[in-house]
Amino acid sequence: MMRFLLRRLSHALLLVFGVSILAFLFTTLAPGNYFDEMRLNPQIAPETLAALRAQYQLDRPLPLRYASWLNSVLRGQMGFSFAYNSPVAPLLLVRAKNTVLLTITATFLAWIIALPLGVWSAERLGRFPDRVISGSTAVLLVIPDLALALGLLVFAVRTGWFPTGGMASVDFASLSPLQKIRDLAIHMMLPVAALVLSALPLLVRHVRAAVAEVLHAPFLLAAEGHGIPRGTLLVRYVLPAAANPLLSLFGFSIGALLSGSLLIEVVMSWPGLGPFLLEAILARDIYIVIGGVLFSTIFLAAGNFLADMLLYWLDPRIRTESASR
Amino acid sequence: MEPILRVENLVKRYAKRNFVGAPKEFLALDSVSFTLSAGTTLAIAGESGSGKSTLASCIACLEPPTSGNLWFEGNNLATATENDLCKIRPQIQLIFPDPASSLNPRWTILDIIAEPLVVQGKLSRNERMTRAFSLLERVGLSAEIAQRPAAELSGGQRQRLAIARALTLEPKILVLDEALSALDCSVQAQIANLLLELQSSLGMTFLFITHDLTMAAHMADEIAVMSHGKIVEHGPSAKILKTPASEATRQLLAAVPQLSPAPYPAAQR
Amino acid sequence: MASVLEIQNLQVSYRSREIRSRPVLSGVSFDLMPGEILGVLGESGSGKSTLAASVLRLLPPNGYIGGGAVLFEGKNLLQAGYQELRQTRGGRIALIFQEPSLALHPTLRVGEQVRRVLAAHQSSSKKKLAGLTRGIFSRLFTDDADRIARSYPHQLSGGQRQRALIAQAIACNPAVVIADEPTAALDPVTQAEILGIFRSLREDLGLAMIFITHSPALLSGFADRILILYAGQVVEWGPANSVLQSPRHPYTKALFESLPPAPADSGKNRKHMLPVIPGSSSPSSLPRKGCAFEPRCPLKMDVCREFEPPLVKLGETHIVSCFKYQQ
Repeated sequence: MMRFLLRRLSHALLLVFGVSILAFLFTTLAPGNYFDEMRLNPQIAPETLAALRAQYQLDRPLPLRYASWLNSVLRGQMGFSFAYNSPVAPLLLVRAKNTVLLTITATFLAWIIALPLGVWSAERLGRFPDRVISGSTAVLLVIPDLALALGLLVFAVRTGWFPTGGMASVDFASLSPLQKIRDLAIHMMLPVAALVLSALPLLVRHVRAAVAEVLHAPFLLAAEGHGIPRGTLLVRYVLPAAANPLLSLFGFSIGALLSGSLLIEVVMSWPGLGPFLLEAILARDIYIVIGGVLFSTIFLAAGNFLADMLLYWLDPRIRTESASR
Repeated sequence: MEPILRVENLVKRYAKRNFVGAPKEFLALDSVSFTLSAGTTLAIAGESGSGKSTLASCIACLEPPTSGNLWFEGNNLATATENDLCKIRPQIQLIFPDPASSLNPRWTILDIIAEPLVVQGKLSRNERMTRAFSLLERVGLSAEIAQRPAAELSGGQRQRLAIARALTLEPKILVLDEALSALDCSVQAQIANLLLELQSSLGMTFLFITHDLTMAAHMADEIAVMSHGKIVEHGPSAKILKTPASEATRQLLAAVPQLSPAPYPAAQR
Repeated sequence: MASVLEIQNLQVSYRSREIRSRPVLSGVSFDLMPGEILGVLGESGSGKSTLAASVLRLLPPNGYIGGGAVLFEGKNLLQAGYQELRQTRGGRIALIFQEPSLALHPTLRVGEQVRRVLAAHQSSSKKKLAGLTRGIFSRLFTDDADRIARSYPHQLSGGQRQRALIAQAIACNPAVVIADEPTAALDPVTQAEILGIFRSLREDLGLAMIFITHSPALLSGFADRILILYAGQVVEWGPANSVLQSPRHPYTKALFESLPPAPADSGKNRKHMLPVIPGSSSPSSLPRKGCAFEPRCPLKMDVCREFEPPLVKLGETHIVSCFKYQQ
């Protein structure tokens, strides 16, 4: 157990480290930097610019800059934002919390809906309910996330039932704790709905395929032949057997929902990482961009790590395999 | 008869790591030696896990042995380079228990037979087709089904197809790894006859790997019995069956199901 | 003596995309006596696995039972409701599928799989179920029964998995066990062991058994009666000795003759051509009417092509479906 856990953990750390190097390379090698716009301004002397660049170490060679950035990561700062004139980490954390809230809620909801729908559909493979589900997931699948989000926004504006942006009402501070939760929930509804709807078709289809495969497995027929009741059969026999592909999909779905979330946040002005990163990219505020990428990677790696742990716990074959490797 | 294959002290070890501690080693082949005469059949019999399938894949050059020598026509397969092996492999062909998984179900039967020739690239398209059709006839598949996909074949037809495909490259040795075990009795007899006929007309050499002593007795000139990676007994079929010397052979013989204890009464046929 | 299970005129077909309906069993009838081992012998395409599945109505979605009756303990299982059927499955009639590596759930301990079969048929305390499970395992595994009960299928050998399947089948003391090619995937030594277990179970528990196989030799000295299936029809049925020693149907005769001689039978010359049955029994080569074996039969007559052969009684219990024996 410990060995498997440690190996997976080291894989995750290696991934984060690799991504940090790549992110650093790509953002610094991209043409232009934060001070390019100032250079066009005749009122700022070239000497001032050079001093600024020196202050932010933009004139030093790449490996040295990476080393000093790593150092600041270890100190919990993750570099320095030119635009905000402050360390990146605290800026990022505030927004990341909102993104994580959105992503986790959406992941959770999407799975809660996809699991029974997929099982139900698989049990009626080829019959009318299955066709309805397959048809509607196919339709959902071809609608781009952006169109989905815009459609929902239009719907919210027309009906006036949901707030169309932000994550809190103006009078949020004066509300009681219960009302605060209610207010947050109402604000989350639209972005979460957009995310869930975008992830749902893929999840339902995979659950359906995985369960349908198990439903025709000989061991399930054998269990039915031994008189195991239908409910037990579905919950205690089918789902554990289908867990392997589904847990891998779970890890993947976290990543997909996170990247979906960044887009939806921009469209629905949710104060998360999405708009923040976009702004930073446009301004070439590179350390924020790197920090955002790094954070997403960590979140993704954590999700996959969680999926691996669940798989290890549920599938004895993986346990033996990892022990004999 | 001159030997076509000489196996000397063949050893195959697999590393088998456990949860804790140093990796354990699993000895699949423990110093196996024998010679195979050209044009004869040697049956390798044994329980599952006795190492007979490992032996098959070592001889078919699919797995390198850990140590030992495999002499085939002056080449030592155990030390040959990958380049040499590519030239030798066509001459030693392996047939699996049920070739369903090694035949692409969507390919037509003709394509499957012609494929090894396409890979070799020596013959023109027309020559390939002529050869493929003559092989189809040779193994008893009718030319009418040549354009059908392999998925439509029955178990016996699939095994005929696998044999035909193995024959395209004119191999000297056929390694038959439980080639009859997955078949129905009446189909077993058909394929056994086909193999015997091929041997007598083409002078092929068979390594017949099986757990079925009845079939081994019927097909082979010599039988080698394996147990725990070793050959525990090797000799002419009649001798092994009549006076088994080792416990493993006696066990295998005792487990053979027989239609009737006494020879089948001829009068009632 | 009254039979424990009776199959009457069972008709089963499969639907497929190309053919609307393909009969797999056409009018199969037989009965099973208490404590009897009935060997069902058939090659692929004979419908023997379909027979096992249809008794408990476990056919794949494209299979349907077109007619007939499965009478068990005074009821027709083909008309039973879900609850009644579920109680019978595993409780009164148990199935042992072929391929022990596929018929066990891959991610559950085998002990747990047996315990769940027990739990499906009786509402006992956890402790009692665990005790019963332990009892069943110690009956089938002489040593380290506990370790095997705690193992997952992939940690067991083929023979051990097959025993675990038997453990599931006998867990609830069924009256009938249907075993579909239970030893086909095993080597001869393990196969002989498993047959020994079946024999002792019949003696100890008095259960009746339908043993389905493609290998005639397995039934010798094991089955009490033998039923020969060809292309979904019973072609011969009778006491094991009578069928094995003096087969009457041309198919049965030809099948037995195509077997290689026993290894101990040293008088026979080796490496000779075996007498084979020409052609195959694939669905596409079956005739539309008349006797299904007619195209391959060495003794065929004109009448065989036109009419279905009658069931002819030879002596008390030996039945054969062939015009040759019609008076």
